[in-house]
Amino acid sequence: MLSATNLGILRGERVLFEGVSLSVAPGEAVVLRGANGAGKTTLLRILAGLTRPEAGHVDRQATHHWIGHREGLKPHETPRAHLKLWAQAWGSDADIDAILGEMGLSRPSEVAARYLSAGQRRRTALARLMLDQRPLWLLDEPFTALDAEGREQLLALVANHRQSGGAVIAAIHGDAGFAASREVTL
Amino acid sequence: MGMLSAFANPHRFLALSSWLAPLFYTVGGALIAWGVWQGLWVVPKDDYQGGDIMRVMFIHVPAAWLAMASYSAMAAASFIWFIWRHELADIAAKAIAPLGATWTALCLATGSIWGKPTWGTWWQWDDARMMSVLFLFFLFLGYMALRAAMDSRQKAARAGAILAMVGALNVPLIKFSVDMFTSLHQDASVITADGPKMAAVYLWPLMMSGLGHSLLFGALVMTLMRAEIWTRRAARQRARLLAGA
Amino acid sequence: MSPKPILSAFRQALSESWAGGAGALLPLGFFAGAAVLVPLGIGTEPGMLRAVGPGILWVSLALSSLVTLERIFQADVEDGALDLWLQAGAPVSAIAAAKTFAHWLTAGLPLALMSPVLALMFQAEAGIGLLTGPLIYGLGGLAFFFWGGVGAALSATVRRGGLLIALIALPLYVPTAIFGSMAMRGAALGDTAPLLLAASTLFALAAAPFAMAAALRLAAD
Repeated sequence: MLSATNLGILRGERVLFEGVSLSVAPGEAVVLRGANGAGKTTLLRILAGLTRPEAGHVDRQATHHWIGHREGLKPHETPRAHLKLWAQAWGSDADIDAILGEMGLSRPSEVAARYLSAGQRRRTALARLMLDQRPLWLLDEPFTALDAEGREQLLALVANHRQSGGAVIAAIHGDAGFAASREVTL
Repeated sequence: MGMLSAFANPHRFLALSSWLAPLFYTVGGALIAWGVWQGLWVVPKDDYQGGDIMRVMFIHVPAAWLAMASYSAMAAASFIWFIWRHELADIAAKAIAPLGATWTALCLATGSIWGKPTWGTWWQWDDARMMSVLFLFFLFLGYMALRAAMDSRQKAARAGAILAMVGALNVPLIKFSVDMFTSLHQDASVITADGPKMAAVYLWPLMMSGLGHSLLFGALVMTLMRAEIWTRRAARQRARLLAGA
Repeated sequence: MSPKPILSAFRQALSESWAGGAGALLPLGFFAGAAVLVPLGIGTEPGMLRAVGPGILWVSLALSSLVTLERIFQADVEDGALDLWLQAGAPVSAIAAAKTFAHWLTAGLPLALMSPVLALMFQAEAGIGLLTGPLIYGLGGLAFFFWGGVGAALSATVRRGGLLIALIALPLYVPTAIFGSMAMRGAALGDTAPLLLAASTLFALAAAPFAMAAALRLAAD
């Protein structure tokens, strides 16, 4: 679905990483590991096409979802408005009420993002994964700020996605909670 | 082409500029000195151009030429960097900016000094050329401020290149719009359709002074580029040492 | 490629600028703040006010574009929305143009539409000529917002970006300010000034989105 070869990037004059290759096939999950500042987020952004690598290239054969560590919510946006906006942008006719319910966002669905907790904002961002069927998910520290229940929901989403032939590349700091096909350590 | 590719390679650039820059400093300095001597003591004053004050022309005109030429050079270097990502092109654009701004300011200052006795005012809002040069000065300042605000040299290069190209795209329009103001300034008189019509007695010192300023400018650009190349090498070395430690 | 992401970007920018304050009243309040000081500063002599009135409006329009644009792309960088828009499957230039256009609608157009009233406050002769104001200030404001958008996109990652936007945008505002005020005075060039204004605005609409797109890709990098 995606393969990257010999990626390398500079930050200023410092080599953040080089010679990184990885690929992911349907049903697989690749976990990116590394200490803080090792470049996990940067690698994920290169895979998503947001950051241009100094060396190497990325071959993308599938569309992807992006869940960054910044959620992409506007302070005045409610979870419902956010999902509606992206459903329209992506031409999706998903049932937004059902998605809100599944992510435990029914109650705060009309609350502006600036009043939501960090966990609720993260759930709203993760709900985008259900708006549109996309084969590849790129997740940057997806468990951040989630409570135990939210974590279980996300794990179920990932398991479901992989079972139906999807793939995941995730930067994760602690315990992944799912069986990784491969780990890439920076 | 051979010359250009020599400039595109940092090693060859360092080798070339190590003797070319001193040569430019020497010849440029001599020509400027000769032009100033001619301008101040030898050529007769021209009462139609304000009397003795017209002698400032031997600095003002070269400065005006360099103001325009340096912005064009900076935009060209930015374009080359944007398309081919030659690091040396970015180093050149970065080096040209403060020097271009300096000569642009020099052009404004000498224009103002020339303007006071001839127009009766330090600043003539109706003069299209002074206004154009002023906006060129702002374009240089914006370019330098933007580069300085970026947090890595790669980002500074990209942001600077985008802005320099946007600026270059707008310069003709800015010039055209400013020209719609009426002008009190004399028309361009060095080069016209039927060749230079300015008296030869002024023309030679002016041409030599212009060449001298251009050589000095080129030498300073080379010096700043050499400094930048060594700075980047030092930063790379430091990063390598830190990574090894 | 589908136009849907572009429409969504437009809609989000519209709701964002509306949520930011008093909607269309805000630019008018901004104008009032800037303009009311002028007669207090230079005196109330009608001839003088009539002479400076159009200039005050142009300055207000330019300032309004700078103040509005300072945050639009910077906020997108900070809350992560920019990452989503860059991957939305539509040309980034079209998305940037849609957002800029939305902000002009809420912060530039109200000022242009109110220009006949504002001109009367500055002692302009009441007459049919005043009615061309909305068109001319509308066109000029659009160019201000698009070139200002280039400055805003370039300084989206800069902490005190506002000052930088002003410095970057100032030379780019020159043709619009000149053609615009000539068109308002309507004297020197007769009919050509409005055409030149329209042409320079079209140039801004055509060129600025690509510069914004390049700058936004850089901001996300």
